[in-house]
Amino acid sequence: MRLIISAFASGLLFGLGLIVSQMVDPAKVLGFLDIFGNWDPSLAFVMGGAVAVSALGTLVAKRRGVPVLAPRLDIPTRRDLDPRLIGGAALFGIGWGLVGLCPGPALVNLTFGPWQAFVFVAAMVIGMAAVHLVPSAWPQIPFRRETAGADG
Amino acid sequence: MDHFTPVSALIGGLLIGVSAAWLLVLNGRIAGISGILGGLLPPARGETGWRMAFLAGLFAAPLVYVAFGGELPSVDLDASIPVLVAAGLIVGFGTRLGAGCTSGHGVCGIGRGSPRSLVATGIFMASAIATVFLTRHVLGM
Repeated sequence: MRLIISAFASGLLFGLGLIVSQMVDPAKVLGFLDIFGNWDPSLAFVMGGAVAVSALGTLVAKRRGVPVLAPRLDIPTRRDLDPRLIGGAALFGIGWGLVGLCPGPALVNLTFGPWQAFVFVAAMVIGMAAVHLVPSAWPQIPFRRETAGADG
Repeated sequence: MDHFTPVSALIGGLLIGVSAAWLLVLNGRIAGISGILGGLLPPARGETGWRMAFLAGLFAAPLVYVAFGGELPSVDLDASIPVLVAAGLIVGFGTRLGAGCTSGHGVCGIGRGSPRSLVATGIFMASAIATVFLTRHVLGM
């Protein structure tokens, strides 16, 4: 139960941060992405503040070793770059640039934003579920000779 | 640059950082929105409660903000339905394929010094900037 309340509080803080920083407004986000137009650097300040505190949190979490409420830390450990990461990020950027919504702001907009937010989120959920249609071994690009050797 | 709002941006950013630090230190989890939502599709045993609670917190945020006297920004989404659908599909698919979005890679991953997240953030920023350049300044959308 404590894990649930704690997660709710974290989500609430996240949503409040998106509202206070106006990142829930796609026009504000597009203003940042439009570096060749009337550029609005605000998003960089949001990221700067968020990354700084998040880095501090990582430091504390790692020093403690064990989370306060959970049995263990669940942190990604992969360090390699693969085609899924690169292709996925490139695709995400295209969708983000088209409308100015990334997942967090899109979800917060469901409560107070325009009805179009529902259209975006419905499509986003379908897109997320569709990832399971991609075979986990694809795309397989052998970076090393040993990997290629597996197929003869 | 009359629309530049550095103070509210920094305060909001700090709140987002506190949220990420909170979830990591207390729950041991990464505050990546696409990962938290995507982890419910399909739901896995013992993995749904905290995810739903985090999302409920996101949904509650505008209500709490107003309850404390805040004034919500007016949001306009003037994109056409086909563009909204296409963008939504691409954002959903791309964030799951690339294992993260602005929060998971951008805020948490970079805060952790993850090389994967640094590269992913550089790529989605670049492709978003290129997309805005194309749509606004080349196609004039």
